[in-house]
Amino acid sequence: MKQFEILGKKDTRSGFGEGLVEIGRKNPDVVALCADLTGSLKMDAFLKEFPDRFFQAGIAEANMIGMAAGMTIGGKIPYTGTFANFSTGRVYDQIRQSVAYSQKNVKICASHAGLTLGEDGATHQILEDIGMMRMLPHMTVIVPADFNQTKQATMAIAEHVGPVYLRFGRPVVPIFVQPDAKFTIGKADLLIEGTDVTIIACGHLVWKSIEAAQQLAEQGISAEVINMHTIKPLDEKAILDSVRKTKCVVTAEEHMLNGGLGDAVAQVLARHLPSPQEYVGVNDTFGESGTPDELMVKYGLDTPNIVEAAKKVLKRK
Amino acid sequence: MEIQQLQAIATQVRRDIVRMVSGANSGHPGGSLGCADFLTVLYFEMMKHNPDHFSMDGKEEDLFFLSNGHISPVWYSVLARAGYFPIEELKTFRKLNARLQGHPSTDKKIPGVRMASGSLGQGLSNAIGAALTKKLNHDNRTVYTLHGDGELQEGQIWEAAMYAAANKVDNLIATIDYNGRQIDGDVEDVLSLGDLNGKWQAFGWEVLEMDGHNYSELIQTLNKAKSMTGNGKPIIIIMKTEMGQGVDYMVGSHKWHGVAPNVEQLQQALVQLEETLGDY
Repeated sequence: MKQFEILGKKDTRSGFGEGLVEIGRKNPDVVALCADLTGSLKMDAFLKEFPDRFFQAGIAEANMIGMAAGMTIGGKIPYTGTFANFSTGRVYDQIRQSVAYSQKNVKICASHAGLTLGEDGATHQILEDIGMMRMLPHMTVIVPADFNQTKQATMAIAEHVGPVYLRFGRPVVPIFVQPDAKFTIGKADLLIEGTDVTIIACGHLVWKSIEAAQQLAEQGISAEVINMHTIKPLDEKAILDSVRKTKCVVTAEEHMLNGGLGDAVAQVLARHLPSPQEYVGVNDTFGESGTPDELMVKYGLDTPNIVEAAKKVLKRK
Repeated sequence: MEIQQLQAIATQVRRDIVRMVSGANSGHPGGSLGCADFLTVLYFEMMKHNPDHFSMDGKEEDLFFLSNGHISPVWYSVLARAGYFPIEELKTFRKLNARLQGHPSTDKKIPGVRMASGSLGQGLSNAIGAALTKKLNHDNRTVYTLHGDGELQEGQIWEAAMYAAANKVDNLIATIDYNGRQIDGDVEDVLSLGDLNGKWQAFGWEVLEMDGHNYSELIQTLNKAKSMTGNGKPIIIIMKTEMGQGVDYMVGSHKWHGVAPNVEQLQQALVQLEETLGDY
C-alpha cells in the first residue's frame, strides 16, 4: 500500500493566505475583501503587499458579498474572506441573488469551517455550508485537504470564471499533498488504490482516511482512498470507477450528513450503481465547545470511526 | 434633449408599463409609473452609455443599478426605448422563456441588466462594488442606483451606507423613490423611516431632494449631483414621487403596488396616456 510521508503540519487557512498573496502577484485583477477577520483568515500578507486592492468591509458580511458581486463588473476577481458560518448562512440570499443567479466571478473563501473551530462552540461551527452552497446553481464547491492543496486551490480558482465556494479550517493538520501538485477543479485525487472498500473524503477527513486505510491494511482489508476536494462539480467517473471495483463505499466529511459529500456521492451511486454506503459525518446535531480533537472524537469523525464504517459496509456487500 | 421630448418618451413608457403588466396579468405598475420620469431623464439626458453595444463590464460608461427590482416594467421599457433590445420584446414580459423576467436578471442575458435584483436591499452594495472597480480602473464615469423607500427597511442598505461614506465612494449617486407607499400601506405606518434626510446626512452622505415629476428640477438636481462627485462623499437624492403617476385611479395608492389592471381598467389608463412613439 502506498505510504504517505507527512511533509509538515500547518493550518489550511494559512494555505489560503499564501495562495492569495501569490495569485495577487500573478493576477493584478485579484482583489480581496474581509469582514474584520484579516488575521484569522491569514489575509495580512495580501493587505500588506496590495493595500489598494484590499477592502475592509467591517462586520457587515451582507454588504461585503454584495460589493464583491459589483466589483466583478469591470473585470476584478474578488476573494471574500470570513468564517464559514458568516460566509454562507448569514449571507445566503446575497450569494443566491447577487453572486450565483447573477453568475458573478466571486470567490467566497471560508475559514474555521466545521467542528475543528473548537472552543467557540456551535454558533460558529457551521456544518451545513457545503449543502447550502452545492444547492446553488452555477456554484463550484471546493474543500481542499491540507495546507498545500488549499494554497493550490486558492490560486486555481482565479482561472475559473464563475462563483466558487472555497472551504478550509483553523487547526494545524498534517501536510501530505506535494507542494508542486497540480490542482484541477472537479478532478478527484486517487490517493491509495485498493480492492475491498472505497473511502471518499474531503477536507480534514482525508488524512484521517489515509490513517484508516493503513489500519485496515494491517487487518487485511484493502481500502481505496479518494480525496474528493471538489464537491461540485463532482467527479462522478472517479466514484463509479472505484465502486465498480470495490462494490461498497464510505464517505467521510466534517459536515452534516444532510446535504454534504455523502449525499452527493449517494446521488451518483443511486442513479448509476446502487451500492452499500456508510457515512462518517455529523448526524443532525449542532456541535459544542471543546478542543478540535475532543470534538472530532465525540461527534464520530475520527480515524477509528472510518475504520468501523469500512468494516460495517464490507459486511453489507 | 428638450423637456417636451423627454416627456413624450415618458408618456410612451407609461403606456408600455400598463400594457406590459396587463399583458402578463401580473407585475408592479404603481412604482413603475412613479419612476418613469426619472429613468427617462437618466437614460436619455444624463448617462453616458452604449445601448447598441452592451457590455457587462461597462468600462468608460455610466452604470445604473435598479435595486427595487419589482419595478422592472419601467426599466425594461426605458431600456428598449433607448435601444438596448427590440421594443417588440416588451410583449414577452413575464412570459415563459422570456429574457424579460418578472424581476431583472442576467440569467438570460438581457442587454442593459448587469445584476439580478428583486430580493431587496442589495443594489447599493452592488453599486458600491462597481464604483470601487471604476476607481481601480481609473474610470471616471459615475454609478447610479434607484431604491424604493420601503426597501430602506432592509439592514444591508445601512451597512452599505456606512461603508460608502467611510471609504469616500464619491463616484456614486443613489436615488430613493420616496413615494411613501409599500405593500401593506403607508411607509409611515408600516415602519416609519423617521427623518430620512437626517439619517443619510448622519451616515456621511451628501443629501439632495427633488420632485420626481418636475423635469427642470430632475435635470437640475441630477446635474448638481454629478457636479458633486469626486469630492469625497457619496451622494443620495431623495426623490418625491407619486405611486401610479399618470393614471388617475392608481395615483397615490399602495393598492396598485403589485396588481395588474384588467382589460377595462387598461383602456381607462390608455386614454390618459397618449401614444407618442408608437406602441410595441
